Amino acid sequence: MADALIEMHGIVKTYPGVAALDGVDFSLSAGEIHALVGENGAGKSTLIKILTGAERRDRGTVRLGGTEIEPRTPVQAQRLGIATVYQEVNLIPDLTVAENILLGREPRSRLGAIRWGEMVRQAQQVVDKLGLHVDVAEPLRAHSIAVQQMIAVARAIDQQARVLVLDEPTSSLDATETAQLFALMRRLRKAGMGIIFITHFLDQVYEVSDRITILRGGRLVGTHVTGELPRLSLVARMLGKSVEDVSQTAARRERTTDGEQRECLRASGLFKRNAVQSFDLSLKASEVLGLAGLLGSGRTEVVRLLFGIDQRDGGELSINGESIGHHSPRRAIKAGMALTPEDRRAAGLVPHLSVRENMLLALQGAKGWARRVSVREQQAIADRYVRALSISTPDIEKPVSQLSGGNQQKVILARWLLMEPTILMLDEPTRGIDIGAKEQIESLIDELRSKGMALIFISGELDEVVRVSQRIMVLRDRAPVGELTGENLNTHAVMRQIAGEAAGQAHA
Amino acid sequence: MKSQLNRHWPLLTTAGVLVALYWAASIAYTGFSSWFQFAQLFADNATLGLAAIGMTFVILSGGIDLSVGAVIALASMGLAVLVSHMGVPVWIAIPLVLVLGAGFGAFMGGIIQVFKLPPFLVTLAGMFLARGTALLLTETKRIEMSGSAGVRALSSVLVVDFNIAAMVFLVAVLAAWAALKYTRFGRTVFAIGSDESAARLMGLPIASTRIGIYAISGLCAAAGGVVHVIGTQAGDASVAFLLELDAIAAVVIGGTVLAGGRGSVVGTLLGVLILGIITTIPNYQGNLNSWWIKIVIGLLLLVFVVLQRMSQAWGRGSGADSPARSF
Amino acid sequence: MRRSLAQLIWPLVALALLLVFNAVESPSFFHVQFVNGRLSGAAIDVLNQGAPVMLLALGMTLVIGTGGIDLSVGAVMAVAGALAAKLLHLEAPVVLAVAAALGACVAAGIWNGGLVTVAGIPPIVATLIFMVAGRGIAQLITDGQIITINPDSPFTTIGRGVIGGLPVPIVIALTAAIVIAAIVRLTSLGVFIEAIGGNEEASRYAGLNVRWIRLSVYAIMGLLAGLAGLIDTADIAAADANNSGLYLELDAILAVVIGGTALTGGRFSLLGALVGAIIIQTLSTTILMTTFRGQSVPPEFNLVIKAIVVLMVCLLQSGELRRMVLRARGARA
Repeated sequence: MADALIEMHGIVKTYPGVAALDGVDFSLSAGEIHALVGENGAGKSTLIKILTGAERRDRGTVRLGGTEIEPRTPVQAQRLGIATVYQEVNLIPDLTVAENILLGREPRSRLGAIRWGEMVRQAQQVVDKLGLHVDVAEPLRAHSIAVQQMIAVARAIDQQARVLVLDEPTSSLDATETAQLFALMRRLRKAGMGIIFITHFLDQVYEVSDRITILRGGRLVGTHVTGELPRLSLVARMLGKSVEDVSQTAARRERTTDGEQRECLRASGLFKRNAVQSFDLSLKASEVLGLAGLLGSGRTEVVRLLFGIDQRDGGELSINGESIGHHSPRRAIKAGMALTPEDRRAAGLVPHLSVRENMLLALQGAKGWARRVSVREQQAIADRYVRALSISTPDIEKPVSQLSGGNQQKVILARWLLMEPTILMLDEPTRGIDIGAKEQIESLIDELRSKGMALIFISGELDEVVRVSQRIMVLRDRAPVGELTGENLNTHAVMRQIAGEAAGQAHA
Repeated sequence: MKSQLNRHWPLLTTAGVLVALYWAASIAYTGFSSWFQFAQLFADNATLGLAAIGMTFVILSGGIDLSVGAVIALASMGLAVLVSHMGVPVWIAIPLVLVLGAGFGAFMGGIIQVFKLPPFLVTLAGMFLARGTALLLTETKRIEMSGSAGVRALSSVLVVDFNIAAMVFLVAVLAAWAALKYTRFGRTVFAIGSDESAARLMGLPIASTRIGIYAISGLCAAAGGVVHVIGTQAGDASVAFLLELDAIAAVVIGGTVLAGGRGSVVGTLLGVLILGIITTIPNYQGNLNSWWIKIVIGLLLLVFVVLQRMSQAWGRGSGADSPARSF
Repeated sequence: MRRSLAQLIWPLVALALLLVFNAVESPSFFHVQFVNGRLSGAAIDVLNQGAPVMLLALGMTLVIGTGGIDLSVGAVMAVAGALAAKLLHLEAPVVLAVAAALGACVAAGIWNGGLVTVAGIPPIVATLIFMVAGRGIAQLITDGQIITINPDSPFTTIGRGVIGGLPVPIVIALTAAIVIAAIVRLTSLGVFIEAIGGNEEASRYAGLNVRWIRLSVYAIMGLLAGLAGLIDTADIAAADANNSGLYLELDAILAVVIGGTALTGGRFSLLGALVGAIIIQTLSTTILMTTFRGQSVPPEFNLVIKAIVVLMVCLLQSGELRRMVLRARGARA
């Protein structure tokens, strides 16, 4: 493209043991909004980090307006004209809006004193030009996240940025705020700015972008003109499938559950503002319910609500026939529930504690501090689960942080299995672990189900959800969009629902 | 307008408390509201006030400085030794002490910055070091200086009842206010306390600013030691024990948020005056004992900390990090 | 067990060096005698005088283990002494005086813990409040006077008595250490504390009662500070609200850090904290006993040494320094 603003070519970035980016090309034109999409581990954030100087590339070239660049810090990238606005706004909440826009370039008197009047006047001009109604003399924190983001954009523009990276800017915005941001983006596009837009929301991709670049597993899947790429194809490509692929993942196991089974979990009209819209859910014993959807579709939010990590804003919930009022993990565990969280490191493991201590944490928590499981018993339990789940550790007294990802995941699984829950929720249990461990976890799920456990299974890998589940609830943009069972349960159908085509909303 | 009120309510609360306290004391005690007493309030609290000004910079940046009391003592002894034992003229000795104080602060700031250590621990070491050195300087622990003509001259300066200590204090308030409002350094202090990683991403000079902040705290504490010497005409190694607590209290009561980013030196001035009045009241009220001072200061601290906590719940920055952790 | 021993090596080496220095400089240091039915000598004095800091360090270890800190323990000590002395002055039975004092200290601990867990105030700030107000409360109780206690009162046994040849403060400190270690290691409290300090979010997911555990840790801290305060008061047979426990919170924190417990919480070592407390007291005693060129070293030298120890321990724990050293080595290679 003749007027390419950014040209990234053959970008390679390897972290110890992982190829985060493997020869990725990307280009951005002036006056374009370019959506960058992909699931977990696709390499979006690594690509952006390389462009904005937060990381250095191993190989490949980056050109800005034809000249090769290699920013070493975000500040350098800003000087070159590449500005980034993050979901978590990176401005100073306690300084005024005017300062946030002009920090580092404040108008100063000959003695070096900041000229406040002049600064407020200049900043007000910048803000007015963008059509924002903001008093720039107020502190930034007085404004909503949406306005803060637009102020971050204003700062970027005032710094003569030519390239604007918006990293999941709409995640915490409501519909009106999103519309405001989009209006601003279109205005900037008209002014010739190149905008890279990262989002999980497909509707937004189609609403505002000109082109779409899809990454998957550190590789470029393709770049397409938005209007020429049907939603279904987009979803298929993000998930590493092809639409034409008719050899749909076949059902490996019987799909039907015995109608006589006891209902373990019932939620009706459960919702939490800015997290997940109202949903109904029912789960029976000997059943695996899969939650499918793209990253950010609300899968994790559903299980967080069910487990009492977040408090619901409304709706009814009963676990094993017991109606739940004020919810908490302790309450959920008491009612027979267990959850292995999506983020093992942040919410699962206590890194310094041993394999044994991590395994016994929930059981001990439920028993209370005074009734300690004896060390001998703990060792016996830990040994049993190390063998049962074939966890490879030289020693159950090793700090859990020294284990591999797959083994860490199994330790958390063991923590919950030894509680003998009636309901087990697994949020991305197979992410970032090797194939062998994946298969083990899959067959373990099957075994638990056949023993009468009720399970909720979340995975970003469609094949896996389809293989493991009896029933799948599909989520899109933080709302349930459909449920698939029996005959209808195949990857193609799930993809169609994720893409929103079943509802006849195809934009393409 | 509403947000203006929102933004300034901590300062307004402090001002309200101060006015109410002053008014009540004026009614209750004859002579309390005299001009002389008013000037005396500044003079009596100049050392605390100066330390609190430095502490304002530190707390605004999200740090803490436990060494200020000890630095006051060290500066006081240092000045006395220089002048009385070594015969250094006062006009050389005072700047020298101030520079040493600033250097001491800068050293601590440098360690905090370079090794990424908690300010609380580093300044604790600074406290031990400064207090120990002050006590080790001479065997007497106290040096009378009424013999020094320079010190005597300084101690007799009086401008409309404001003595030199009060004037230094007021000038320091003005200078600190201007520095925080009108210099890039000052705004960077707020930025570091408000969101350090954002400040770094915006290209602000974090390292030099942090070192500067602790240097200012050391400078202010040294100045506090100097005015104490001038006021008492003696160097004293055991002066200002636990003064850092009062300084922190004054800053917090003055509306500066302990987590950093929000506050003002004007508030600190008001906070110091509140502490000053509370400290004076037992002089008038025979049956009121001095320990009530500590309890009242503790209560005021509690009220302001809870108010801060409540206001944090509304703003961004209450954040994901657990408040139940210290570091 | 192996892990905790490995952690203890550096504090133990430091202590050993100090003791060797003492053995060379003042041979009388290890001269322990059995006089009038009690052991005496410099080494015993170290333990005896170090008892309050040992008690504080035990509690502080748990608080720091949860990722918190308690600055108010010195003030709590003063409250304990003041209340006990006042009650004895009013001719209350010794048992009642002791129980009331300890009860008040537990209440103070719960107050601190409540501010941290319920009100959500950071521990440094929350405990700063009682650090300021607590000493005032102690002075309020004593009316600002130093209340003396009849030296013949059985109460003074807490500070001066002897059990089985050992001074009572040592017995109390060791008993407390054993009891706390038993509570923490024989129940699950210790693991819970380490889990909360190591990863609070994961602890919540695992169903731990994070609030309650935090609160109880601050309560235990209060109790131990109360014991330390009683020892201090009984030892001098007087309650000095101004000076009892002054700066001891800092010594206690220092002891914990020397003992290898990170200020960020997580894995903690009670034994390490005890060794840390003993190191601090040995330092003071060493300086008192040491002569330099025929002159005794002024006791204030203690503060300077402490400053250097704090800095060294900080730097050794600093990941940044380790990274710098590694980088320098890498550059050379």
